[in-house]
Amino acid sequence: MIAEFGLAALWLAAALAVLQLVGAALAQTAGGKVLAQVVRPAAVVQALLCTIAFVMLLWLFVRTDLSVLLVASNSHSAKPLIFKLAGAWGNHEGSMLLWITVMALAGALIALIEYRLPEKTMHATLGAQAFVGLGFYAFLLFSSNPFERISPVPPEGMGLNPLLQDIGLALHPPTLYAGYVGLSVAFSFAVGALLTRQVTPEFAKVMRPWVLGAWIFLTLGITAGSYWAYYELGWGGWWFWDPVENASLMPWLAATALLHSASVLASRDALRTWTIMLGVVAFSMSMLGTFLVRSGILTSVHAFAVDPERGSFILALLALYIGGALVLFAMRANTISEGKRFSLLSREGALVVNNVALSAILGIVLLGTLYPLLTEAFDVRVSVGPPYFNPVSAIFFLPMLVVLAVGPLLRWRHDRFARVRLPVIIIAAVGIAVLLGVWLIAGIALLPLLGMALAATVAVASFLPLRGRALRRLPIAVWGMAVAHFGVAVALFGMAADSAFTIEKLSAARVGETTVVGPWQVRLDRVEPVAGPNWTALEAAMTASYDGGEGQVIRPQSRSFWSPQQQTSESALLTRWNGQLYAVLGQAAENGRWQLHLWWKPFVTWIWFGGLLIALGGLLSLIGRVSVDVRRRSATTRIEARHAEATR
Amino acid sequence: MSPSLVVPDLIRDRWPLGRSGRPAVPAFAGTTLLAGIALLMALLAAPVAAQDSLPPAPYAYQQLDDPKLEAQAQALMQTLRCLKCQSQSIADSDAPMAGDMRHQVRSRLMAGDRPEEIRDWLIDRYGDYVSYEPRVTSATWPLFALPLVLFVVALLVVARRLRKRA
Repeated sequence: MIAEFGLAALWLAAALAVLQLVGAALAQTAGGKVLAQVVRPAAVVQALLCTIAFVMLLWLFVRTDLSVLLVASNSHSAKPLIFKLAGAWGNHEGSMLLWITVMALAGALIALIEYRLPEKTMHATLGAQAFVGLGFYAFLLFSSNPFERISPVPPEGMGLNPLLQDIGLALHPPTLYAGYVGLSVAFSFAVGALLTRQVTPEFAKVMRPWVLGAWIFLTLGITAGSYWAYYELGWGGWWFWDPVENASLMPWLAATALLHSASVLASRDALRTWTIMLGVVAFSMSMLGTFLVRSGILTSVHAFAVDPERGSFILALLALYIGGALVLFAMRANTISEGKRFSLLSREGALVVNNVALSAILGIVLLGTLYPLLTEAFDVRVSVGPPYFNPVSAIFFLPMLVVLAVGPLLRWRHDRFARVRLPVIIIAAVGIAVLLGVWLIAGIALLPLLGMALAATVAVASFLPLRGRALRRLPIAVWGMAVAHFGVAVALFGMAADSAFTIEKLSAARVGETTVVGPWQVRLDRVEPVAGPNWTALEAAMTASYDGGEGQVIRPQSRSFWSPQQQTSESALLTRWNGQLYAVLGQAAENGRWQLHLWWKPFVTWIWFGGLLIALGGLLSLIGRVSVDVRRRSATTRIEARHAEATR
Repeated sequence: MSPSLVVPDLIRDRWPLGRSGRPAVPAFAGTTLLAGIALLMALLAAPVAAQDSLPPAPYAYQQLDDPKLEAQAQALMQTLRCLKCQSQSIADSDAPMAGDMRHQVRSRLMAGDRPEEIRDWLIDRYGDYVSYEPRVTSATWPLFALPLVLFVVALLVVARRLRKRA
């Protein structure tokens, strides 16, 4: 019954989305005022129904109801509760239901609280939201029903891929989806503004918190995903330009550009068309990411061609929404004036340069990700990996960082170089000093070297805009910018240091033997079997000491899961402020030796701390913006109340 | 040479997120094939099953003594694709075939081959797919031309702003 109840709720939610769309469409006409009143309530009830459907699915997974196909093929009664729950969205159908639920909730929120835009624009926005939602409802109901029953009922479930049975990955998809969905709201606002020709600073102000929120979630999602890949997959790498990774990076790049351009539109009334365009692109990249990950096209173009139903569905949605939005954009673009003017040497000018650079990087990632799929369709197989992406994206990334350092120092609209000469000389001097210093001492490769110099430059530059200002009275959003830019520097330093200074050691060690890796001495004490709820493992106990200091025990495991059968390496990490020791237990070698794989990775954790700082900066900006909005809103209410009293 | 080097690249990891690098389930396990093809596949799969029980080649899990050569080996291995895995370099994979390829890389480097010679040799054997560093060929030139176009377009966009706004 639970499953049928969930399915019914989903159908009803879809029906309400239709109502919302029709109401919104009629609201644009002169005679549709009555139906216009259903638009906001429809959005709220739709979210309610969608949430009910999702809760039903969670319930089915908690109960391990094996008569439901999705539960039977993704869960197992012996799984810990948290992974039973995570199993609900650790699969195709469940994750799409999660997507549409989050999206409906976002739509309900704007329907409930957002009254700053003209009502007609709001209706168009909610209509666009319903239109996008309907595509996903159709996808779920017609080709990915999460509530499908199975007969006969299997005695036990198939289990969840053990790699996914990890707390980080349990939270990873919801985080990324929250980001994707936030961008869908930005997309709907952009479409609404285009339809009603209201591309105003007010529109940018309303859209900005959604872009910021989406961007924070995407930043966290990518950071967490990267750390997960790093410690769970047991190969010591944190980014491989894998198509799945790129799928999450592309919306982030677009959202970063959108964020900055929306800020220009909100505060300076410039870059109108550019902001709209980026709003469309950002959501397109989310959809493309979903298509790449969900269609199975990455496993093989040919596998996709054999079972193309789901992939084709998403591809059709992709074409419909992106194509539709682009056509609308082309029709309306010439009616939107570009907005206020500015010179290149200005805050806006710097932001334009960085927006162009971000878009170019996005173009390169897109090209490098899709090109192998394209050639594979013609039976030519090529691989595009780090040796391509690193240098080619650096062409744009490195100049962008220079502009990132200088841009925040500039004034809006127009500036003179003479005014910023001193800080520019300071940051240039820092960069050159670090460049020469690192080159002379360590003599590392060019890209990490430039990375370190620019990290130092950006680190210093990120706090220079605060110079000479009353720090206590500084808007929180300005702090947010400084923290986020500093986070870029921290992450960049971690990346450069990891790529330049990592030391790797493979050894076949006997019990009692010590392996030296960088400043660490690692002694293998014993190897013994251990068991968990759904796995058994060999666990090594090792004593690691840094520079002859006190020993700490680490326990890497080689795990065997039995449902489904798979082996994984559980790496063991020892974290210091200046890096991580990374240990993996390999297979047994001859003469009672064990294969050990050890890395000393200087400053590697700075990559993720940087990511967290970037997200924190976004959060500060969001808090700053929203609190200003709330204060302004309560002030307006007070003034209106006083007016009402005076006229009485 | 180790027998596993003749394994066709049809055999891939079945897990969509699979970077575990453990021996993969052959991709054809779940698909229906004509009996003849199935037989052929079974014959091809046999050495895979056999190879798992063989001890890994000496340099699969052993570094070269010369740290400079080992660094070269590491750099090269990180840009070669493990043909049995999904999106994984041979440096990161525990698949037996990746181990054999690592052994090849290290022993050839020790024998005096330059890293690019080894890459070319592997490309000759397995095709462009094995290298993560795309070469400029008739099939890949847009990969290199388009970023240049992008760069020029980016400059033009900025320059146009400069002229119009100044």
